[in-house]
Amino acid sequence: MRVPLEWLHEYCRPDMDAQTLAQRLALTGTEVERIEHHGVAALENFVVGHVLDRHKHPDADRLNVCMVDIGGSTPAQIVCGAPNVAAGQTVGVARPGAVMPDGTKLKRAKLRGVESQGMILSERELQISDEHNGIMVLAQDHVPGTPLHEVVQISTDVLVLEVTPNRPDCLGIYGVAREVAASTGAQLQPPPWEQDPGSFGPLDGLELTIEAEHELCPRFTARILDNVRIGESPLWMKARLMAAGQRPISNVVDVTNYVMLLTGQPMHAFDYQRVAGRRLNVRNARDGEHVRTLDEQDRKLDQQMLVIEDADGPTSIAGVMGGARSEVNDTTTTLISEAATWNGPNIQRTSLRLALRSEASGRYEKGLQPEQALWAQALATRLFMDVCGATVRPGTIDLGGAGPEAVTIRLRDSRIERLLGMAIPRERTRRHLQAIGFNVEDAADGLDVTVPDFRRADITREADLIEEVARLDGVDNLPATLPTSRNTERGLTARQQQFRRASDALAAQGLHEMIGWSFTSPDLGARLHLLDGGPLLTLANPMSSEHSQLRTRLLGSLLDVAQRNRARGVGRIALFESGRVYLHKQARNVSAENLPQEPHRIGAILAGPVRRATWREQAPQTADFFTAKGVLGALFSTLGIDWELGERMGRFLHPGRSAEVMVDGRQIGWVGEIHPAVAAEWDFEDTVAGFEIELSALPLPGVPTFTDVGSYPEVHEDLAVLLPERVTARELIEVLMRSGRPLLVGAEVFDVYRDPVRLGPDRKSVAVRLDYRANDRTLTDEEVVRQRQFIVNALAQELEATIRAGQ
Amino acid sequence: MSMENRITELQQEAEAAIAAASSTAALEDVRVRFLGRKAELPNLLRGVSELPVEQRGAVGKAANQARRALEAQLEERAGELAVAELTARLEQDRVDITLPADPLPAVGRLHLITQTWRQIEDIFIALGYRVAEGPEVESVYYNFDALNHEPTHPARAWTDTFYLADDVLLRTHTSPMQVRSMELQEPPIFIIVPGRVYRRDSDVTHTPQFHQVEGLAVDENITLADLKGTLQTFARAMFGDDREIRLRPHFFPFTEPSVEVDVSCFNCSAGLTATGERCGICKGTGWLEILGSGMVDPNVLGHVAGNGYDPERVQGFAFGMGIERIAMLKYGVTDLRLLYDNDVRFLEQFA
Repeated sequence: MRVPLEWLHEYCRPDMDAQTLAQRLALTGTEVERIEHHGVAALENFVVGHVLDRHKHPDADRLNVCMVDIGGSTPAQIVCGAPNVAAGQTVGVARPGAVMPDGTKLKRAKLRGVESQGMILSERELQISDEHNGIMVLAQDHVPGTPLHEVVQISTDVLVLEVTPNRPDCLGIYGVAREVAASTGAQLQPPPWEQDPGSFGPLDGLELTIEAEHELCPRFTARILDNVRIGESPLWMKARLMAAGQRPISNVVDVTNYVMLLTGQPMHAFDYQRVAGRRLNVRNARDGEHVRTLDEQDRKLDQQMLVIEDADGPTSIAGVMGGARSEVNDTTTTLISEAATWNGPNIQRTSLRLALRSEASGRYEKGLQPEQALWAQALATRLFMDVCGATVRPGTIDLGGAGPEAVTIRLRDSRIERLLGMAIPRERTRRHLQAIGFNVEDAADGLDVTVPDFRRADITREADLIEEVARLDGVDNLPATLPTSRNTERGLTARQQQFRRASDALAAQGLHEMIGWSFTSPDLGARLHLLDGGPLLTLANPMSSEHSQLRTRLLGSLLDVAQRNRARGVGRIALFESGRVYLHKQARNVSAENLPQEPHRIGAILAGPVRRATWREQAPQTADFFTAKGVLGALFSTLGIDWELGERMGRFLHPGRSAEVMVDGRQIGWVGEIHPAVAAEWDFEDTVAGFEIELSALPLPGVPTFTDVGSYPEVHEDLAVLLPERVTARELIEVLMRSGRPLLVGAEVFDVYRDPVRLGPDRKSVAVRLDYRANDRTLTDEEVVRQRQFIVNALAQELEATIRAGQ
Repeated sequence: MSMENRITELQQEAEAAIAAASSTAALEDVRVRFLGRKAELPNLLRGVSELPVEQRGAVGKAANQARRALEAQLEERAGELAVAELTARLEQDRVDITLPADPLPAVGRLHLITQTWRQIEDIFIALGYRVAEGPEVESVYYNFDALNHEPTHPARAWTDTFYLADDVLLRTHTSPMQVRSMELQEPPIFIIVPGRVYRRDSDVTHTPQFHQVEGLAVDENITLADLKGTLQTFARAMFGDDREIRLRPHFFPFTEPSVEVDVSCFNCSAGLTATGERCGICKGTGWLEILGSGMVDPNVLGHVAGNGYDPERVQGFAFGMGIERIAMLKYGVTDLRLLYDNDVRFLEQFA
């Protein structure tokens, strides 16, 4: 909503500049998006001139050389290109030094050898209209040298308001003026529709019917104006329309726009002669019915839309745009002045379906009140008479009438204090409410407040009134207190803490956290070489096909970000994400009663060197299965959760270098190297490893209990075990730990060695470090030797293993 | 030559050798030559018993004294040589200390959104709030209907909101957890709800996915002034102790009264930076809009009146802020999209 201050000031003129006013309004609930300037930047050097003489430029056919009296002792010589300039005209002149609206400063100039001491102005040059075919000609009676702004509006600040949806009353200049008055304390002038030159009662010459439901068209009013003379609007009206963002067209159309901008109520003027049958009817459109609108577009309608028709069919789309057929034109002499009230949601729907938004539909969809229709009729009647020379026929057609009876709401003093945390004296409350047009009566415990019609939709409850009082009293003046709390909340839950620790653990391992999109592309499953990606939740209205489904795994996000970083030259990829995936058994049948599961997962991706290369280590290891396993191990270790690897899994994984991750016997994710063919889909030629586990499926760790490790030293020894190839490290460690009880407290593989010649085929030598300890004594060599013998026997029996000689 | 003279001679000879020894190894040679198993002085000592009785005392004493003296000198000289040799070796070990260090295990970072998310959580936890989470795939009822949105509210439009079915959408704010939480917990309730939200918008200042933190406090006497105090405490914890906040009346369907909250700019004074230029962060206004809030609308409480939320008896406030916005303001990030680009050179900047 654009509010030219010059126009606003006719109804309310607070003694403050635009900036201060904007701040005031912001603090009382009217947001000023920005302040613009319309017209010339400075008023100096724009004056009234009188053209004394005009003759042809000696060297240019299209130029004239004029002598113009601009109030000085000698006339100014001005070269002018306009065809309509003539001796005897009163015009607007910019003298050298004048700053034009676009910021250029006018200089004395020579045009084809003839000096020009200024410029005779067109309307466009002053931003009064788009007119640039000729100069602007003023009324004769202005004295040369008079500052131009005293004669015509050439400069104003414009407040650009963001009107909240609950305040359609502020979609008109007068409504804003009321708000400005309440906000600043400045005097509010009476509304411009108070003097109505029209009359009520029957109207001859027009038949009007409403077939549509009352709810869709609560009110329809019409008047007829005769003796209309179509022409240009006066300068003052054009200047205001332009400043408010509306291009002047012709006096009749300009009046309807002017009325809308001032009252908030859209209007339409029909050419009476072109309304077939002299009758109008409001009805629902028929499915597929067509109408040609003012903008010369053919519009196809449906039966929820309303049209206004005459005897020949639809002439307008109700509330949205008039039709071309009954448009006012140069020959119009009689017009129908129409102001109606339409159903906001219905207009919004029509406007959306037709992709046709107009100043009118934008106002109607916010919900206007029926009373506003007569404001518009009164004001329009006067302006048609003043500006178009029209006469008004007696009578008004008024179908539907005024809106519902005003409601009165009790506003309790105590309730204000209880909600705001600050008491407001009743007198102040009364003053605030009266300033915005509410009627106020004293009551025992507060005030009885009657809501004016133009706020009927917004104010229905005590809480709504409290908001009005609070905003005008200044919510910013409230004290800052804290709740006197009865609350017994206890911070993060164990699960929430676990999620945090999981991310911390991975960051501690040198991985950066990333945040991916919840959206994914339908081809992700295919790129991961999955036969069936599982049921995917699909958006009905995605912004793009790559973002049309909800992710069911983090891996896609991880690979996408890894790829982008690699493309930017990042060698060492180490990223993780902690976030949700969206799973639904029957993705097609998602409904409010059957919402998807949103498990929380954590996933990591690793590629390239695990450390930065340095002068001491020029080729660090590159990430592979064991890197990922190590990071995952650190994660579980941080969370205090026992885990193990299960079967290999996942078509997107390297078949020999991946495994499922098991906790408490349940599969909760995977770890491994990405299948090279899948990695290649994301442009990786080197090994990419990672894991993804379901955080929300993990057990919550209990409190670890203390174990006395004593102060006795451990005994370490190394053992080289010759094993069949098929025996895994895990099986070996299991046998070691079982047979090493009670003295063996740790066993870890530190070397694996193969040599078909010396060890035999299908045999490998696995070196383990064994740790023995007793908590109550220092172990003797004999004890260790005895325990080792148990171990060696068990290895031989259970794993066909022998101890390598020389150890 | 008498025994005693020979002892003196040996001692002088040995002392000269000790002094001349220039390395630990040479000194060891000296020790072996004069005090070793086959050396003359120890042999003299061992032969004392074979001497005539009247000579034994004097010779034995002289030999013993000589040996002890030599041992002491050897030890002293050994110490000197060790120090010199260590010094020499350390000098040999000298390195170019300006070469790059070994990298520590790489330091990973939490995403800026996560860092900001946790800061916000921690501030409100300290104020006595619980952290609640809710579904991102949400019903129209909780996202709009229960929050007093008119059936024609523009935010419901398919141009603005992602839908999965007629009654299922991607939540457009964290506010659906207001009613969900109040259904599960009788008053008093003090919760914050961080999480992902979605809107159909994509440009320099909008991404279709972003993060919000909702706050909800309902009890018998919670006031708009309490909202102001709470948010002032938050703003100071987040942006610095000198911050002021400003409430501006606004409109939201699910709060009444509704206010937008500005925090005084931390980068300037009333719009001007220390160097007198117009502040780029607050665009010269001196204030930064950080969130929307208000008193919970009685209609919202009406949906859970049966669980103890009678709007005549209880009241409270709600607020919602964008994590990205807070992060961008606090850390000076100029383009929202950087937060979702996940360039490691961006990620690693935020310790």
